[in-house]
Amino acid sequence: MSESSSYQLTQDRRELVESWGMNRRSISYVFRPTTTSQIADVFRLAKSTGRTVGLRGAGYSYGDASMNAEDIVLDLSRMKRILDWNPDSGVITAEPGVTIQDLWRYIIEDGWWPPVVSGTSFVTLGGALGVNIHGKNNYKAGPIGNYVDEFEIMLPSGEIKRCSRTENPELFFAAIGGFGMLGVFTRITLHMKKVHSGLLSVGAYSTNSFGEIVESLEERRSHCDYMVGWIDCFSTGAKLGRGLVHTANYLGPGEDLNPAQTLRVSNQEISPTIMGVVPRSLLGKFLQPFNNNVGMLAINAAKYVQGEVMESHKTVLQPHAQFAFLLDYVPDWKHAYKPGGLIQFQSFIPYDQSERVFARQIELSQKMRIIPFLGVFKRHQPDEFLMTHAVDGHSLALDYPYTESNKDGVKFLVEQMARVVVEAGGRFYCAKDSLLTSEMARAGMGEDRIERFACLKQKCDPERLLRTDLSRRLYDGFK
Amino acid sequence: MKLDQKNVVLVGASSGIGAALAKVLAGKGCSLALIARREPQLIALADDINHNAGKTLARAYRGDVTQYETIEPLFDQIARDLGGIDVLIYASGVMPSVKRDEYCFEKDRAMIEVNVLGAMAWINVAAKRFETARSGVIAGISSIAGDRGRASMPGYITSKAALDAYLESIRNRISRYGVQVTTIKPGYVDTDLLAGAKTPIKAISPDQAAREIVSAIEDGAQVRYVPGFWRWIGMAVKCAPSFIMQRVNF
Repeated sequence: MSESSSYQLTQDRRELVESWGMNRRSISYVFRPTTTSQIADVFRLAKSTGRTVGLRGAGYSYGDASMNAEDIVLDLSRMKRILDWNPDSGVITAEPGVTIQDLWRYIIEDGWWPPVVSGTSFVTLGGALGVNIHGKNNYKAGPIGNYVDEFEIMLPSGEIKRCSRTENPELFFAAIGGFGMLGVFTRITLHMKKVHSGLLSVGAYSTNSFGEIVESLEERRSHCDYMVGWIDCFSTGAKLGRGLVHTANYLGPGEDLNPAQTLRVSNQEISPTIMGVVPRSLLGKFLQPFNNNVGMLAINAAKYVQGEVMESHKTVLQPHAQFAFLLDYVPDWKHAYKPGGLIQFQSFIPYDQSERVFARQIELSQKMRIIPFLGVFKRHQPDEFLMTHAVDGHSLALDYPYTESNKDGVKFLVEQMARVVVEAGGRFYCAKDSLLTSEMARAGMGEDRIERFACLKQKCDPERLLRTDLSRRLYDGFK
Repeated sequence: MKLDQKNVVLVGASSGIGAALAKVLAGKGCSLALIARREPQLIALADDINHNAGKTLARAYRGDVTQYETIEPLFDQIARDLGGIDVLIYASGVMPSVKRDEYCFEKDRAMIEVNVLGAMAWINVAAKRFETARSGVIAGISSIAGDRGRASMPGYITSKAALDAYLESIRNRISRYGVQVTTIKPGYVDTDLLAGAKTPIKAISPDQAAREIVSAIEDGAQVRYVPGFWRWIGMAVKCAPSFIMQRVNF
């Protein structure tokens, strides 16, 4: 470990740091190390200057989970080496800055795929573990933490601990999903999923209510590898919760006659043009005029009709990357929400309450005339990680524009929806949160878990060097 | 830019227009960093604001705008204390009385140091930050006096003309990054600077000036005369032939 450090708190280190939802911006001193020595240097600098350190990967959290206003941000995105890969066993070891995109591109041609991916491929492994990402297969596969064999984590003291289910298990189950409060992942070993084709068999069908989508997902969960629902949040009355469900299944051995080709990276990539002519990069600009209630009502209605008429009960073959990474499909689509940005409210509700709770959330939104432009519905299973967001039930992720004129209304709406979640025994997800109050966050997580996490934080970070704006907002920095 | 609940740094806050601005901004729920040399007045103002608000909105920081090397560290400290800075208002200024036939370099230097160099020291730091942040507001309290050189107070007029040029230059530099720079040009305002002197046009109160300044900032004005009618007077003074200006004493 180096004794001298070239890291200083100079003015040229100050950068604008923004949430992915563009709803929060702040200035921080940003350091991007490439070695563990440099990470230790940042912690030493923080200690010697009375500062705190917030961890950041690719910055894809919608809110302030990877922000630390007026203080130090430790950005791990430059630590992006694949350290070891076994194409026979599917076990890979990587640095925390390796992204999901880096990962699948590296392994797919050997017949492997990451067992859990988020809707965007640009998140880093460190960030993915920090929030314990889930995918469209959470009900079957669980979160990414289930596939971590072991990791090394540097505590703010500079000590590096190796963790697994048998070695330092308390830290293993707390750091995964611990949103960067306990230490810095420096080395992560995961096992991948064997695939026999670069294609998935994808089906779609429309549903007419929340009750129908809940029931249909339950019927299919045992024989579908992926399921995701889109909800038209503009529909009302008897059609409240209508939407479209996409399911997908891996192809079995022998079902793909050209696996060597379908497994090629080039055959997974989303084409940069539409119909070979229109650059996909321009689509985001075309979205802007529709980014309002009228436009989005029309788009949602059109999507429902298209699904009902054209897609219902058909099956197509689609590359993994195109099915999985829907958020990457239109480059810079979120810029249609400028200048205020967007917030996402995602809640996880127990199975027997979800239909009622989600209907109530949509009704509250419609009553306040702040209607989510996008609603994504998933089935989940509980997991064994300490600061988990998962339940045996469903989640609904709702995207809201966040403007100067509506932000007070959005804050009030989020407060109302959060109360409904807490009353139903539901949970929240720190990767998506921007507006929860401490009261709601704590009620969702449970004081017992918070207490256990705080005790572990006291052991790992007694000087409270690791902090983010989210940890301050929701948990008062675990003081 | 609406100023509601913004984080505001107010330099020259202990009296006059600065103190009045502090109260108007506190009424909008702004978190305030109040800077001035006169600590007792500053603390009294902050206490009054916080008492009326029922919570801590205002923080007092003793600062001398002519101690240039202290400004950047103080600015950084304020940013940490407030959790960010959205607005800088420079309201510090001196206008020592100068007789018609007086040539006093010490007085002139004091005016340049406070009215110009102090402003540049604070605004440079804020401009750099706001350029990085791609947002923010800088407002400088200048004066209609800077519109034309006049016989009555060369030093003061020069300082305000320099401040006008500096603010315009900064505006031209950083407005492209989404930063607003507003030059405020008050006419007669009933503050210590006037020291109760008789004025040909009735002076407005600091409170009225403060309200109009806040409006100007929220309107996104680049230059605003306060009150607005001074714009026409300024235009007339600027257009007046030199042979007339060389014969008048105001």
